[in-house]
Amino acid sequence: MALPPVLRRPHRKWLLWGIAGLAIAVVPVSLPAARPAERHVRLEASSFAFAPAVIAVNRGDRVTLELVATDVVHGLYLDGYDLSVTADPGQPATLSFVADRPGTFRFRCSVTCGPLHPFMIGKLRVGSNGLLWRAVALSVLAAVAGAWSVRR
Amino acid sequence: MTRLDLTRVPYVKALLVSRWPQLLVRAAALGGFIFAILAGLFGTPVGSRNFSIIVVWIAWWALLMLVAVPLLGRGWCSICPIPMPGEWLQQGAVLGPRSPSPGRGQRRRWPRALRNIWVQNGCFVLLALFSAVVLTQPLVTALVLAAFLLVAIGTGLAFERRAFCRHLCPVGGFIGLYSQLSPIELRVRDTSVCAGHTEKSCYTGSADGYGCPWNVFPATMTTNAYCGLCMECLRTCPLDNVIISVRPFGADLPGRRGTRMDEAYKALIMLGSAIVYAAVFLGPWGWLKATAYSVGSAAWWGYAVVFLTAVLGALPGLFYLAVRGGKQLSGSTLATGRAFARYASALVPLGLAAWIAFSLSFVFASASYLWPVLSDPMGWGWDVLGTAGTDWSPYFSGLVPGLQVVVLLGGLWWASAMTRRIAADGHARDQAARQALPVIIFHLLVTVGLLWLLVG
Repeated sequence: MALPPVLRRPHRKWLLWGIAGLAIAVVPVSLPAARPAERHVRLEASSFAFAPAVIAVNRGDRVTLELVATDVVHGLYLDGYDLSVTADPGQPATLSFVADRPGTFRFRCSVTCGPLHPFMIGKLRVGSNGLLWRAVALSVLAAVAGAWSVRR
Repeated sequence: MTRLDLTRVPYVKALLVSRWPQLLVRAAALGGFIFAILAGLFGTPVGSRNFSIIVVWIAWWALLMLVAVPLLGRGWCSICPIPMPGEWLQQGAVLGPRSPSPGRGQRRRWPRALRNIWVQNGCFVLLALFSAVVLTQPLVTALVLAAFLLVAIGTGLAFERRAFCRHLCPVGGFIGLYSQLSPIELRVRDTSVCAGHTEKSCYTGSADGYGCPWNVFPATMTTNAYCGLCMECLRTCPLDNVIISVRPFGADLPGRRGTRMDEAYKALIMLGSAIVYAAVFLGPWGWLKATAYSVGSAAWWGYAVVFLTAVLGALPGLFYLAVRGGKQLSGSTLATGRAFARYASALVPLGLAAWIAFSLSFVFASASYLWPVLSDPMGWGWDVLGTAGTDWSPYFSGLVPGLQVVVLLGGLWWASAMTRRIAADGHARDQAARQALPVIIFHLLVTVGLLWLLVG
């Protein structure tokens, strides 16, 4: 289907790409939300992994993380929520918060525990990872736009 | 294409031509480099409290991948301290050439069969394979840095020019690859001036400076990949015909027909390594980190096989299939090998985006280790600057995922555009679109994989 004359100029086509990208990036998508619940997760920290490594909760859940250090002192810092807690071996510590921000957030050890300490990472999934899905959709758009930009 | 000649600004040219500013910066870098070796050898084994780990793998790496390479190309190479001692011994001089040269260098020519970057590719793969230990153990970092220095000295004494930098340095290999994207270039102003100049002092040297240490002839240079921005040609050209310019990003790559197979493999090795690094270091799989770290164990050997297969076999194999698929879809008669090398140029922006996205994550998470380490570089309880007690705190943890997405999308867009441009060369529009499609799908799948690893 041919574009209307007003949209045939190249810069106007870039405007369409931009609008499409913006729509993918910011238009809210409402998904059915589960009823908030209380979640208690026992998180075992050992050099250099958390178990479970991935925690999935629903948006709005009240989450209590019980950090159990199994070998040396370990800490936990939660990206995006800016929360932290430290546990000594034999002395679990708890961190409670409401998972009100959706997405996937890394948590990482916050107390030097050995050589691989900077890479001791786990993931907290709160509801759907909107950033990832939007990024995938934008990737398709970027690939098509890139190819279209030099078509001849 | 528009260029802005920086050497037309008198004080800029004076700064670049004078040896003193560059020497002072390089000398400071050499001091830091040697201190990093000493800190690794004699300082605390706790990586997060040791100068060698934090300054080299956090601070220097951040500056390199996030600033120097994207914006200045081979800018780091212009101040790199590693070849300095070898050059001093080779030339017998610290400032400028002396005649006759009292240097001890044998000045042999680098073996013809090795005048490529295959050895650099191998060196990088080796470094990447052992990276879990190199990046976390101060002693191992020190030994690696010391090895770089000793090999550079050895090759400086045995061979002419900067053989280490040009053919061996694993860091220089990828800096050269990605420097093709940078907005800085060194070129000649007018090639006809060079044609009429018989002495070719930019390559042979003169009383004002050395012949190109990188074994490049500036008059025929069409890419940043092998120019180390050492400024010798700026000093030796008597005709004011060598210039440093600001140019559009990626100006080296569009339609570049001369990509070699070793360069294509470098692009694939870097991309594959970024993917593996994202999985090993930034993933939640503790068993994978432990396996990568346990060098010499049976599990590690399994990891080594998987790593080498993925980086040297699987990813290049998938790329080959994509290129071949495009050939079959379009009916192109271009030899698959040549097409493979040409389309590999598009992996340059994709790979750089992958490395920037990877680096953003661990650099900002670990940058705060720098403050205590600057006060207590050896981990001996010093507090020189009063910051030894600074607690760890990640920076921009909420912003980093969004930044990573933006960077990866930019790399994908650029790679797709480049792929389409390469396909259009010598083909009709529809044929070019069919030829490019599988390769663009390859770029898309790699990007989605990286997105899943980094923000998923």
